[in-house]
Amino acid sequence: MIIQAIRHSQAMQKARAMNLTRRGFLGAAGISATALALAACAPAEKKALTPATDVSATEKTLRWDNWPAYMDEDSAGNYPTLMGFEDQSGITVTYNVAVDDNNSYYAKSKDALALGQDIGADTVCLTDWMVARLVRNGYVQTLDHANIPNISNLSPSFANPDFDKGRQLSLPWQGGFAGICWNKEKVPNGLKSVDELWDASLKGRVGVLSEMRDTMGLIMLSQGVDITGQWGDTEFANAMDSFTQQVTDGQIRNIKGNAYLNDLQSEDTYAAICWSGDITSLNAQAGDKWQFAIPDSGGTLWNDTFVVPMGSAHKANAEAVMNYYYEPEVAAELAAWVNYVTPVVGAKEAAVALDPQLAENQLIFPDDQTLSTVHVFRTLTPSEENDYGAQFQKVLLGS
Amino acid sequence: MAFTAFSSQAVVEQAPRKRSFIALVLLLPGILYLVLFFLAPLISLVITSFQQPVLDGDVGEYTAGFQWQNYTDAMGEYWPLVLRAFGFAIIATVLALIISYPIAYFIGVKARRWPLLQSLLLTLVIAPFFISFLLRTLAWKQIMSDEGPIVQFLKTVAILPSDGHLTGTTFSVIFGLTYNFIPFMTLPLYATLERLDLRYIEAGADLYASPFTVFRKVTIPLSMPGIVSGTLLTFIPAAGDYINASRDFLGSSSTAMVGNAIEANFLVLQNYPIAAALSIVLMAVILIIVGIYVRRSGTEDLI
Repeated sequence: MIIQAIRHSQAMQKARAMNLTRRGFLGAAGISATALALAACAPAEKKALTPATDVSATEKTLRWDNWPAYMDEDSAGNYPTLMGFEDQSGITVTYNVAVDDNNSYYAKSKDALALGQDIGADTVCLTDWMVARLVRNGYVQTLDHANIPNISNLSPSFANPDFDKGRQLSLPWQGGFAGICWNKEKVPNGLKSVDELWDASLKGRVGVLSEMRDTMGLIMLSQGVDITGQWGDTEFANAMDSFTQQVTDGQIRNIKGNAYLNDLQSEDTYAAICWSGDITSLNAQAGDKWQFAIPDSGGTLWNDTFVVPMGSAHKANAEAVMNYYYEPEVAAELAAWVNYVTPVVGAKEAAVALDPQLAENQLIFPDDQTLSTVHVFRTLTPSEENDYGAQFQKVLLGS
Repeated sequence: MAFTAFSSQAVVEQAPRKRSFIALVLLLPGILYLVLFFLAPLISLVITSFQQPVLDGDVGEYTAGFQWQNYTDAMGEYWPLVLRAFGFAIIATVLALIISYPIAYFIGVKARRWPLLQSLLLTLVIAPFFISFLLRTLAWKQIMSDEGPIVQFLKTVAILPSDGHLTGTTFSVIFGLTYNFIPFMTLPLYATLERLDLRYIEAGADLYASPFTVFRKVTIPLSMPGIVSGTLLTFIPAAGDYINASRDFLGSSSTAMVGNAIEANFLVLQNYPIAAALSIVLMAVILIIVGIYVRRSGTEDLI
């Protein structure tokens, strides 16, 4: 029995020793993990980034991130215009449909952007307000206009945005309008203004976009605010009041990104704040049932815009692709497929040859009169972006 | 003395005989995995939750600090969403249990005589996993849409008012949660019920217990391990789920759960400290609830 007791205590000691070593090991691991985590969280020092060395002359490759349905596609899934570019230039393009949302793309690549490292793309097309943020932080390279002679075809209305006067750092890819649309069968009389969306007959059948600048922009325009100019907190708060009211009253059924098209199609919504090109595509896909219009008080205009991140080593190749897509013929072919606004002057004339009726479509080739009814939401300061974004999300989350 | 000797003998049996180098080596990958992919992110999350914004910094710029107010801010802003998340998760878990128990009982007990039927039914339970979770949820949204057959039928029989709808309501979100987690409830229940010794049930009947009493006093206690692991597997992911309640799927602005708030703060607003604080609150509350639950159901030693 004594022997047993001794064996027992020995075993206990052993177990205790085991335990200690294990705990010690875990402790050490914990400290190194903390060190790792701390290193990851160390504030990035703000100093000017330098562009990566351009190896375009020797490496004929280009990686391009873009939004879905933004490149002409044939029935075999090839991109005809892009193949044309590859043949002409000898540059192999890896075209990735990698942008689904400005914010999540930014969230994904922001650490590499801030360090000036490769983000996995040599050029990317993001919406202008996000491009403004990248420009403001010095995350993108200056474009060499000598490599883009076709920049002379850039429509004057897009040449001088407030974040990049003279387009030194960015170049529009495709743009579009946010306006209102409706189901022609369910709303036979059509809609003319944003206020008509708040009509009792459409209660619970209205969708709006989760893109703050488009939804709030349209509401502010309907309240007589010049969204391009120097409006401030009061104007935004007024529009927010109206928006919150419509959401809490149940007038607005849902607030969505690209998925708003499903709601229109399933007829959960009869009318919506929506993007111009989508309605043309939806009609082609599911029968000519919907109508898009720019409201009386005006619509918003946005552009998805090329930038070359600091970490890209293929800037000249990116400039070559930009130059190619600024050929009016190429731009016309592209616009005819994607149904969005082309920034290229002369594309309309080139489109007449392809399809005369298409060339008259104001949503693809807007004339000056159409362009005068749409406005660009002014660039927000970082603190405004935080504040307004938080207010808008508060309504979206119902908190 | 004899008793203590007996018990100490048992301890000796369980304690490791000698320090095994091989055991440590075998453990190493697991420990490394936990340190790298659980401990380090957890610590990083805690640190992030105390970060403060950089003065005059751009969107999403935060620096190390000790801003404990992030927690009070997050809770002040989002407490209804936290409550809603746990409310929805509890309801969905209970519903899933009510639906899954008979299924698991049938497959595990009644179908024992036909092994082929048993495997076929099990395959049917797992079959939904062959299709993406997102697609299945989107399909439900389509089925429950305003012009879809279900809403039209409910309107015809006047269960739903003429301006009523299903998508974007509390009903559709809880429905989605229940539906999506039913397999997670059914499989552990099946695993326990499949091993249920039917002689206990016969014995209960022999002792003149009614079928209900036998079920209450014999079957349920014996299947407790399955009930506990099934409810945990359902409740924990359901409380943090943000797909079903998302506006793009079955939810709307009035059904957002805490997961949606974390997503919005992390991806849209780039307010990482608030997102991190909310995640930690979510984890802590889950830990407390699960702790109480496991203790109450007397099954600590089962997990």
